[in-house]
Amino acid sequence: MLGRVEAAPISRRTIAMEPAPVTPADRGAERVSNVAIDFTAVKKSYGEKVVVDQLSFTVASGECFGLLGPNGAGKSTIARLILGMSSPEAGKITVLGEKVPARARLARRRIGVVPQADNLDLEFTVRENLLVFGRYFGMTAKDVEKITPSLLEFARLESKADARVTELSGGMKRRLTLARALINDPEILILDEPTTGLDPHARHLIWERLRALLSRGKTILLTTHFMEEAERLCDRLCVLEAGRKIAEGPPHTLIDEQIGCPVIEVYGGDPNELCALVKPLAQRTEISGETLFCYAPDPEQVLARLRGRTGLRVLQRPPNLEDVFLRLTGREMRD
Amino acid sequence: MWEQYAAALPANAWNWSAVWRRNYMAWRKAALASLLGNLAEPMSALFGLGFGLGLMIGQVDGISYIAFLAAGMVATSAMISATFETVYGAFARMHAQRTWDAILCTELTLGDVVLGELAWAATKAVLAGTGITIVAAALGYAAWPSIPYALPAIALTGVAFASLAMVVIALAPSYDYFVFYQTLFLTPMMYLCGAIFPVTQLPIALQRVAEALPLAHSIDLIRPAMLDRDASSVGLHVGVLCIYTIVAFVVSALLLRRRLMR
Repeated sequence: MLGRVEAAPISRRTIAMEPAPVTPADRGAERVSNVAIDFTAVKKSYGEKVVVDQLSFTVASGECFGLLGPNGAGKSTIARLILGMSSPEAGKITVLGEKVPARARLARRRIGVVPQADNLDLEFTVRENLLVFGRYFGMTAKDVEKITPSLLEFARLESKADARVTELSGGMKRRLTLARALINDPEILILDEPTTGLDPHARHLIWERLRALLSRGKTILLTTHFMEEAERLCDRLCVLEAGRKIAEGPPHTLIDEQIGCPVIEVYGGDPNELCALVKPLAQRTEISGETLFCYAPDPEQVLARLRGRTGLRVLQRPPNLEDVFLRLTGREMRD
Repeated sequence: MWEQYAAALPANAWNWSAVWRRNYMAWRKAALASLLGNLAEPMSALFGLGFGLGLMIGQVDGISYIAFLAAGMVATSAMISATFETVYGAFARMHAQRTWDAILCTELTLGDVVLGELAWAATKAVLAGTGITIVAAALGYAAWPSIPYALPAIALTGVAFASLAMVVIALAPSYDYFVFYQTLFLTPMMYLCGAIFPVTQLPIALQRVAEALPLAHSIDLIRPAMLDRDASSVGLHVGVLCIYTIVAFVVSALLLRRRLMR
């Protein structure tokens, strides 16, 4: 992102939440394992179109794993496959030791989901939404009432407990969806583009809440097309294009390996002409739309060459995941 | 292999109740308006046709026309309530509101959701059918003690038509298609199945057709109950309605699985 936004000043309170009641079935399913989600050579297509192509990855317990890619890369399909809401044509999926989709219901008992589109019950209040959702996990009204205050506090919605969902802002709705996803005290959280469509303030608040969850040992699988989000939150990520994995690793390792030098973005002129001008001074250049990306170990030289030309907007910045994506695919991810 | 289809079936005998309770909670917020809406149409038909045509017709099957019509309106209103709750209410929850999407991320299976929706639609049918039965009884067109006998028949009618409507929403791309179901199936059925006039008035061929339709069996259960008469072939009528319910439930669950869990 070009403009940085100050993070909202929020104290990091630790929230003690009541653990969900442990049923005998849960105890039986408890196995010592560091692997939360495992995909092996998974394939899924709709008609002729291959949406997930021979995809393998492993998410370890307690880590934040990101699926990064543009719209249509297969991110949401992967989330659906994990939940058993879609069946793979080939390959093997294991979630929390359960085979998916065959035993997806048992896995879902220990998963919380924040879907891409809000699907809260609009006619209900905040409190009622939690109650209704808790019942889907076999909780009684009493069970839900007991944990509601801590969930509302976590979501910073204490003052909105009896407000209807239609009265909430976009950011509040997302936080309620997050609180709702925590009702069964899940081990894994699946977040499908959790901050898409939110303003920067609301987005930073969600990020801060997600980090609080990670510090409590939750495993997070996050899909996003938003590189700043992936860079800030993810321990490791998998970059996707058209259902295929094109890179995997910790964000900064990927950036260092693929780019490894400062970036100068130039726009406002003819990118092809500018490209010819600075090419000798750069390690690599890339044109995307009307913007010239110039990867230069010595940015001062490039800036000096461009100085004096009017009408140009020039921005020097450290490399980021967008550059990695651009390098690997030849096109931009932002849309 | 069959595990693939497990998702389309209820996971256990009680999960569906969470869906029913969600719908009940939402309904409670607008209960009065909803009740009025459900009762107004069959009531106006009952009084309009009953008093109006009743003057000209006099007696049918040895009773006043309005008493004959009352049972037909009870069965029809159960049919319509269950159908509309499914094609509009449940379809909205599946399609536009994405309520089902949220539920399918929890412990519940698609089969649990479908079962909960059927139970809820049947509840609305019971409310509408019972409402009219009570009005008919208060006006002396039905026997009070018969209400407990009519209730299970009304409930079964509700479940059967909710299941059939579930097949319709599993196939319909949008709301526009529901009108076909109503005009091509429900409305003709109302005329063929003895709701408004005795089936024996129809040509033999159409009488045979009526025997296969679910509403005819509902009416054959509800009318004798309301008029305090002995019902014949109760087993057959209940059996036909149960077959409609079970077959439609399984077909709808499989179709919905194909639609929603691609």
